[in-house]
Amino acid sequence: MELTNEDVLGKIISKFGEDNIQGAYSPDGIMTFTTNRETIIELIQYLHDDKELQLNFLTTMCGIHYPDQKDKELCVMYQLHSLRHNYRLRIKVYMPASDPIMPTLTTVYASSNWMERETFDFYGIQFLGHPNMTRILNIEEMEYHPMLKQYPLEDQLREDKIDTFFGR
Amino acid sequence: MATENKTAELTELEQFRKDHGLALHEERPLTTLNLGPTHPATHGIFQNILQMDGEKIMDAVPTIGYIHRAFEKIAERRPFYQITPLTDRMNYCSSPINNMGYHMTVEKLLGITIPKRAQYIRVIMMELARISDHLICNSILGVDSGAFTGFLYVMQEREHIYDIYEEVCGARLTTNMGRIGGMERDLSPKALHLIDEFLKRFPKTWAEFEKMLTRNRIFIDRTTDVGAISAERALNYGFTGPNLRATGVDYDVRVMNPYSSYEDFEFEIPVGSKGDTYDRFLVRNEEVWQSLKIIEQAYKNLPEGSFHADAPHYYLPPKKDVYTSMEALIYHFKIVMGETDIPVGEVYHSVEGGNGELGFYLLSDGGRTPYRLHFRRPCFIYYQAYTEMIVGGQLADAVLTLSSLNVIAGELDA
Repeated sequence: MELTNEDVLGKIISKFGEDNIQGAYSPDGIMTFTTNRETIIELIQYLHDDKELQLNFLTTMCGIHYPDQKDKELCVMYQLHSLRHNYRLRIKVYMPASDPIMPTLTTVYASSNWMERETFDFYGIQFLGHPNMTRILNIEEMEYHPMLKQYPLEDQLREDKIDTFFGR
Repeated sequence: MATENKTAELTELEQFRKDHGLALHEERPLTTLNLGPTHPATHGIFQNILQMDGEKIMDAVPTIGYIHRAFEKIAERRPFYQITPLTDRMNYCSSPINNMGYHMTVEKLLGITIPKRAQYIRVIMMELARISDHLICNSILGVDSGAFTGFLYVMQEREHIYDIYEEVCGARLTTNMGRIGGMERDLSPKALHLIDEFLKRFPKTWAEFEKMLTRNRIFIDRTTDVGAISAERALNYGFTGPNLRATGVDYDVRVMNPYSSYEDFEFEIPVGSKGDTYDRFLVRNEEVWQSLKIIEQAYKNLPEGSFHADAPHYYLPPKKDVYTSMEALIYHFKIVMGETDIPVGEVYHSVEGGNGELGFYLLSDGGRTPYRLHFRRPCFIYYQAYTEMIVGGQLADAVLTLSSLNVIAGELDA
């Protein structure tokens, strides 16, 4: 049986309501929609357990930062895969930068443990209920979350920095 | 037997402890052992703080990030064609797969179709990379279990693979092979000759290597039931690639979502049953044979045609045209300065890397650099399960498990 985007979307909307599932589009054939923090874990759990869909593989997740979108500055993207039907699905959750809190997915997928730590490390998004919400790739003492857009990489042409040891 | 007897009748000491209201056995303090980050047996920068009860591992806390180079951040500043060298440095045992996976992602965003010849050349290079990746993993597994000979013997074949890379792109380890839109040059007669030689010589070497370990009693005893994981746990932990297939799940991106003409080739997906170190060894061994089969088919049926797409906006013109033709000069300038028009879009593309599904999630806002480029690194995702796989086992088995998982530090930390 082949799953189509319309069928899957219809099924999800009939279960969770149109208020919670918004803005569906498929930029590269993978259906993408937006949901909210209250629904996300329940939704992924439902997709994981549903006998028909069997979307039970978390391919990846990552954070995205849109500094210009008011109250939707931060985004977390989850990408699921049904190995049974070879069907992929992308879910996004937006949140304001002043309130970077998400529920943890570690209750459903063990693989999300380090992915969430990475997202926290890069974007400062806190995952509530995570067993070990600490930085993973950067050092503990770091005072900022480096992937946020307000931290540009150093301009390679800058001249004000005098470094006699490494001679720039 | 011995333990049963013990519970039945107490020793003098135990009787004394019982009479005085003490615990029968003294609680032994656990030893904290720091394995890594630089240890000859870990083959990379992996730190694990182990809690040991004698030789038995009771708990492990992995620390990663020692060679984190912030590739995702750097990628947000570089024009698209300058990101390829970053991808080399992720899984440096099979760089061409990373390079081409990234190129295919950008091609998907741009909507370029690649000629068959370029696709076949890519397949040959990617399969050679897979062979060199699996060859390292399996021969090092031999080293860790005490068989050094095979390692040196097959390492020579890796050098031959690197010779082919060198002939195709000029580099050996961090290859930066190919361009967005195809290959940078056609396969030279010498490269074809080297591939031909490799196809003739390698099967003999690999058969000998297999003969040394596959039915070797010591090796089998040393690897069966070591670091085993069930299919359910493996899927929950996001395993992909040979490590997942060793548990019995036949998920392979090359078959499930064929890219670069993989649908043209005839090959099988080997699967294991128990998901232990020996199964992972066998799966990788068989995959090497399957890769050889694919290379043979691609080499025999290499189609005529161009080695790159007809996409002058994105593919660098030949250097001699840049000096003589106005158009080529403009394109050259625009591409090198990163001023090409990139469409707005969002794509995910994945390839079957040496260790599993290597995915690229690319978000473009039409600027000269990606807005966001996220790498799905298989090592990063499945290394989480390492603690679960080694707890309860012996220290020497932990080393074997690590090398059979083939965790590459560059890909783990990105």
